[in-house]
Amino acid sequence: MRYHLLGACSLLLLAQPASAASDADLAQIRADIQQMKQIYEARIQALEARLQQAEGNANAAQISAKQAQEQVAQVAATPAPAAPAGSNAFNPDISLILSGTYGNLSQDPDKYRMTGFIPGGDIGPGKRGFSLAESELGISANIDPYVRGNLNLALTPDNKISVEEAWIQTLGLDHGFTIKAGRFFSSIGYLNEQHAHTWDFVDNPLAYKAFLGTQFGQDGVQLKWLAPTETFLEVGAELGSGTEFPGAARNRNGVGSVALFAHVGGDVGVSNSWRAGLSYLHAKPHNRSYTDNNLAGSEVTNAFSGNSNLGIADFVWKWAPNGNAARTNFKLQGEYFYRREAGSLTYDTSASALTSAYASSQSGAYLQGVYQFMPHWRIGLRQDRLDSGHVDYSLNSANLSAANYAPQKTSLMLDYNPSEFSRFRLQFAQDKSRQGASDHQIFLQYITSLGAHGAHQF
Amino acid sequence: MNHYLKMLLTVALLVSTVTAHATVNVLACEPEWGALAQELGGDQVSIYTATNALQDPHQIQARPSLISRARSADLLVCTGSELEIGWLPILLRQSANAKIQPGQPGYFEATAYVQKLEVPTRLDRAEGDVHPGGNPHIQTDPRNFLPVAQAMTQRLSQLDSVHAAQYAARHQAFVARWQAAIKRWETQAAPLKGVPIVVQHKGFPYLERWLGLREVATLEPKPGVEPNSGYLTQVLTQLQGQPAKMVIRAAYNDGRSSEWLTEHAKIPNVVMPFTVGADAQSKDLFSLFDTTVQRLLGALK
Repeated sequence: MRYHLLGACSLLLLAQPASAASDADLAQIRADIQQMKQIYEARIQALEARLQQAEGNANAAQISAKQAQEQVAQVAATPAPAAPAGSNAFNPDISLILSGTYGNLSQDPDKYRMTGFIPGGDIGPGKRGFSLAESELGISANIDPYVRGNLNLALTPDNKISVEEAWIQTLGLDHGFTIKAGRFFSSIGYLNEQHAHTWDFVDNPLAYKAFLGTQFGQDGVQLKWLAPTETFLEVGAELGSGTEFPGAARNRNGVGSVALFAHVGGDVGVSNSWRAGLSYLHAKPHNRSYTDNNLAGSEVTNAFSGNSNLGIADFVWKWAPNGNAARTNFKLQGEYFYRREAGSLTYDTSASALTSAYASSQSGAYLQGVYQFMPHWRIGLRQDRLDSGHVDYSLNSANLSAANYAPQKTSLMLDYNPSEFSRFRLQFAQDKSRQGASDHQIFLQYITSLGAHGAHQF
Repeated sequence: MNHYLKMLLTVALLVSTVTAHATVNVLACEPEWGALAQELGGDQVSIYTATNALQDPHQIQARPSLISRARSADLLVCTGSELEIGWLPILLRQSANAKIQPGQPGYFEATAYVQKLEVPTRLDRAEGDVHPGGNPHIQTDPRNFLPVAQAMTQRLSQLDSVHAAQYAARHQAFVARWQAAIKRWETQAAPLKGVPIVVQHKGFPYLERWLGLREVATLEPKPGVEPNSGYLTQVLTQLQGQPAKMVIRAAYNDGRSSEWLTEHAKIPNVVMPFTVGADAQSKDLFSLFDTTVQRLLGALK
């Protein structure tokens, strides 16, 4: 600052016309400048002193602020190290389920049937002796900011690979909407969406086997909407190919199956939570063939064409003291199924091929409770009951009988979970699916998961 | 069908547009972050806490009630470091809420702002519940709340810029009170420096670093793995050569192994609140640390 002033003074000096100035004038000017210089210097010194003081104050303030910041600095995160580079940095989450079973069945599983019900696919109790269960490989990741992708491959013990699920789903579409497309387990009912390794028993309830061929998968699209309410409310619709039971393979444009569902849920106090739902599934199978025994007792192949309408009511109630499920918890769940089918039935498609009207209304339900009585140990009981209801074969009743039977099954299981990632289970069951042949079943099972952390689904 | 779908869409859009937000809806994964958001947000925020102090924050299911709360949340405040790995990803996916997805301003992880301890050098599930990002239980050191509070204030101001000045003022006031409290706790806790302790679960490295406690044994052989009697006896033998003053555990932990040790090693068994709301005394962040320090000092006597 001082130099600037001096500089300005010298410039002033130089600007004076030298020729016009006498010696006396010059002396006078010098004296004046000297005086000005002294005055300014004094002022500058005063300013400097003030500046120094101010700086000192600021320093003091900074020191106390520094002390405060030190506490933060002691614990605050340092910048994260550079992210790993390379083409594999975006590898998706991979999980693998390994599972195996030992089965001891008093009845021949190859002759399994559910009296009074049209079988949908492979619904038997599994193999006798040691067998490998499906090994499930899951791969999932966000695709871009808008969608997520997921693939679940089931590697079956007979060395086949089947695509259980392969879908893409919107990520935070907002307004509560979610769209899913591809192959996915339908959101109807409670258990339908859950993969086998999360089941509380070795097998699915009889009602799932009878009405959904164990589990209903859609190849199609799903739109779900979650209400902006404190009580959980979700409604959704699915349009699918309808090629899976209760549908059948078809060669047509358009929609083969429609599913609608609504779920509500919430908490009661801090220890209880629940969810209940209503679902509807419509399929329009064409030539859905199955094998059955005719009145003469010989095996024939029949085919159904028409409308299949299924309604499901489900609920699940979970209890854990203070909501802390780590030590003890209890889960009660039940589902009720009601199905009406109407159309035509072709008897013995390979020979006589007699077609006449067919109508049925059948129902079924299960109720199960699973109690974790101490850490790592759970015990569960499930009761299944189906009602073959009314079946009208019309003209085909000359060859087929509508058995009036109520298949039942009681299952008791005990499982031990050494960690979140492994489970060992023992299950006893008395299966009265076949009229007049009670099947006593004993299962030993292990289920383990490795890789990406499993989801704690409700 | 088409008709139904249209109706559904119309109703859905109507309902979702009617709900206007006067305040910032905060969904806190754990009570401590809910309490901090309350300190910083005051009347401008409305807070729902997903878990309570008597619940193990890892062992939570994506319950319907949590999904519906996530749906309407403007800001999600969680611990992170994989503490909520079992249930938070499902909540996020099922919430259909774009605002709280990772990377958005509405997604806040407290552990991102503090220096983590016990970052594993080897990732293997055979080691028990290891957290790749480091130990997530950062809330046992009050100093950790300072950088988290600063970041949370910025986040609140970003989401609700109208009230930025209020957030800044509340933050400043909180920091002043908190720093004074830390000084007080540190003075009170001076006798705890160097005190040998046993922990049930590896949940206290931040507390130990803060107060200078010395962890000499862990009752879980591996994180999240419950001890058998053989392992407990081994710990007991170890303690004969290297005695500890107390055994500590979080309020939500099953107390049996700690109680066993208390009985056999004759050392006090201290139940730490671990977070806000664990007991009548720990009703907010300040009383949480009052209780923590008092419990530890009480056991020393």
